[in-house]
Amino acid sequence: MKPTDMNPWVAILEVGDIPKLGARVVRHGSLDIAVFRTADDEIFALEDRCPHKGGPLSQGIVHGKKVACPMHNWNIELDSGCAVAPDQGCAREFPVKVEDGRVWLDFAAVERVAVEPAAA
Amino acid sequence: MDMSTPMGHGPKMKLVMVGNGMAGVRTLEELLKLAPDLYDITVFGAEPHPNYNRILLSPVLAGEQTVDDIVLNPLDWYSDNHITLHLGKTVVKIDRSARAVEAADGTRAEYDRLLLATGSNPFILPVPGADLDGVISFRDIADVDAMVRASSQYRHAVVIGGGLLGLEAANGLMKRGMDVTVVHIAPWLMERQLDEPAARLLQKSLEEKGMKFLLQKQTAELVKGESGRVCAIQFKDGDSAPADLVVMAVGIRPNTELAEASGLHCNRGIVVNDTMQTFDPRIYSIGECAAHRGIAYGLVAPLFEQAKVCANHLAHYGIGRYQGSITSTKLKVTGIDLFSAGDFIGGEGTEAILYSDPIGGVYKKLVIKDNKLVGGVMYGDTVDGAWYFSLLRDGKNIDELRDHLMFGQDHCGNLGHQGINKAASMTDDMEVCGCNGVCKGDIVKAIRDKGLFTLEDVRKHTKASSSCGSCTGLVEQILAVTAGGDYSATPKTKSVCGCTDHTHEEVRAAIKQNKLLTIPQVMNFMEWRTPNGCASCRPALNYYLIATWPGEAEDDPQSRFINERAHANIQRDGTYSVIPRMWGGNTTPSELRRIADVVDKYSIPAVHVTGGQRIDLLGIKKEDLPKVWADLDMPSGHAYGKALRTVKTCVGSEWCRFGTQNSTQMGIDLEKTFFKMWAPHKVKLAVSGCPRNCAEVAIKDVGIIGVDSGWEIYVAGNGGIKTEVAQFLVKVKTPDEVIEFSGAFLQLYREEARYLDRTVHYVARVGLDYVKKKILDDADNRRALYERLLFALSVERDPWLERAREGKLKHEFETVAA
Repeated sequence: MKPTDMNPWVAILEVGDIPKLGARVVRHGSLDIAVFRTADDEIFALEDRCPHKGGPLSQGIVHGKKVACPMHNWNIELDSGCAVAPDQGCAREFPVKVEDGRVWLDFAAVERVAVEPAAA
Repeated sequence: MDMSTPMGHGPKMKLVMVGNGMAGVRTLEELLKLAPDLYDITVFGAEPHPNYNRILLSPVLAGEQTVDDIVLNPLDWYSDNHITLHLGKTVVKIDRSARAVEAADGTRAEYDRLLLATGSNPFILPVPGADLDGVISFRDIADVDAMVRASSQYRHAVVIGGGLLGLEAANGLMKRGMDVTVVHIAPWLMERQLDEPAARLLQKSLEEKGMKFLLQKQTAELVKGESGRVCAIQFKDGDSAPADLVVMAVGIRPNTELAEASGLHCNRGIVVNDTMQTFDPRIYSIGECAAHRGIAYGLVAPLFEQAKVCANHLAHYGIGRYQGSITSTKLKVTGIDLFSAGDFIGGEGTEAILYSDPIGGVYKKLVIKDNKLVGGVMYGDTVDGAWYFSLLRDGKNIDELRDHLMFGQDHCGNLGHQGINKAASMTDDMEVCGCNGVCKGDIVKAIRDKGLFTLEDVRKHTKASSSCGSCTGLVEQILAVTAGGDYSATPKTKSVCGCTDHTHEEVRAAIKQNKLLTIPQVMNFMEWRTPNGCASCRPALNYYLIATWPGEAEDDPQSRFINERAHANIQRDGTYSVIPRMWGGNTTPSELRRIADVVDKYSIPAVHVTGGQRIDLLGIKKEDLPKVWADLDMPSGHAYGKALRTVKTCVGSEWCRFGTQNSTQMGIDLEKTFFKMWAPHKVKLAVSGCPRNCAEVAIKDVGIIGVDSGWEIYVAGNGGIKTEVAQFLVKVKTPDEVIEFSGAFLQLYREEARYLDRTVHYVARVGLDYVKKKILDDADNRRALYERLLFALSVERDPWLERAREGKLKHEFETVAA
């Protein structure tokens, strides 16, 4: 399914494709998006880059509504993408929603990032 | 009593704090972090200043810092947080029935919760003349101002009290140009922190700076001069000394006047429970005024721990108890290194190790009881203070360390900071933490800018000392110099993490006794505070479950660190490395050809020979891993896991002209037996065929040396952050015995060590004698341990095989294209 100007939402995978307390990587061009699933089946999408040194957040341990980066154990809030204090910095977050057991990603937001030169 | 609390609607609750010092304000800071909107907060402070760092009054007096430097919370902080601040107003009454406090000027404030943080008062000797002009104490900014003024007009200063505070005051006055005499009642200085030899060294170096001492002198009277100001001090033995300024530093008393007057139970402090509540549950108390389990603390770290607990309960979180602290002391007189902790005098049932170099000005004494460090005092060289303190606090068995205990932690081979062990001699651009690249300047800046006081704070903000921990002593020294922080800490029974108060041992016991089989079961049974733990406890629990109930508890990949979930090592660029297993370090032409073909086929950018005699393929994309494993067709090397890594061997009697045993085959047999073994941390073995020891067994978890008459088994070596030489366990005759004894040792470690403890940490904790008792003295137990290990290994499968050939957990290695 292609996104349109009218409807930017695209179904990317089933909730069941993501392990509970885990993540899957959705790749769009050179942009990796980590899609997380909590114990309560809440879904969040962040750019797969830790604000610290660019570690792949998708590979971290998910706990509560946070993920611990696999590189240096920064904790990132899944709903904001921001590091838990006193660490500072945020990973880009993307709007997602769940309908009929499927995960929908807002591709208008994805495209905006994908066309930007080199992620911040 | 109605304890109901409006939350989320209606007017906010009212919190009033009496006292505006470090412990109280820290409580407010913690509370605002947890529940910023729960309370309308009002603060009464008797002094006209906002919260400042009282510990640093000594450097201010000495002219090394200014009052502005030591302000912790400027007035803006109070207004930014909507705190009503009454400065210069002393609260004189608590009306508990009306729930209101009243200040001397009539200012009144009602409360739903009251926090008493009134601190302490200096003790004034009840001698004639104690109320004269020119007689002061050393407690607040006003006292410092008075001393600074006096130093510009007068010559003779007398400090009564040769304790920590008195000496710091005397040092400051001396630096301000006064002629200072310290009067002390005891036979030596700082008798509560130092033994006589250390105190004599201290006295000598202070005398060299120009300070004078009158010991074993009791004050009879302070004599009034013509101007009405004090002019001399008269002693009970008839002597006297000139004195234009007298500073009384003979101790402090918890300030309980207000609490007592309002009927709160006090006993050498306002009596509080583990949640910092007084006998009136609406009223909390923390800081120097509070008596917890009979102790009123005066050092910053315990007070901040109290603050954390108190804030948590004020915020209605209801988590956490304060359980008391062990404290230690460091004198803040520039150029003097002094440290003491615990029972440093010793006595019946204790032994002491002494080091004394009077010419070099170094003295150290360590007091030991039942193979544990119970106290110590150090003068002149205190770099190992933090290390000794942690041994003391953790109650570690020091039997094995005894021989080199006195020579400090460096003696155990610390790497990573250029051999430097004195923070003071470092420049700002020198690196302190080699793991995280943190320089001294970064740490000093963070301590100043962010108002840090404890090692934990510094670790969180700068990452220094948060990885391998070998620079902890340096960081603590920097902290002590910069912020006046101290080494105090709550005795550690080491809870698993912040999600629970339970220790590793308690968790393991519960898993075993109640047959808990899943992580949610453990968390539920042990009342975890968080819904599904954190990145610290989940891997630990996962290991404890599969180690306790092999074949029954199911492994949870989501609770494993990425390396163990992907069965490869993540690299800094997000690619992975693959190290196939080569039994005992032996390989074949066909394995080498397959490896070369895989490197070509997947364009693997780097190939490296490891220290464990294996070949490391670096820079592999995650999605290629299962294919790489399939093409390699070699077993998993577990180089990514808290598991059996490698068994390193020499070529032994098969080839070497010195070899006495077939060490290669021994290594292969050990590796094949223990293959797939998960453990609390990585496990490395080695086998050498003769005492020349080419396989470097002395730094392995289990090291075997073949000798003509059999095999020697060494355990608990480590070649990492701290080089630890393995200890001799036993000599056996046959290869079968080598495997059984080694296996029994490893199983004991697997069953009893805390997650992330290496064998060296485990053996240091329980002692080698204990290990010998379990493995050497009790043959039945040894065999049972070994059998349990074999059973646990029998249910494990090769993870590469499962993923490469059987498609297990395919999703782990697939990305979704969009």
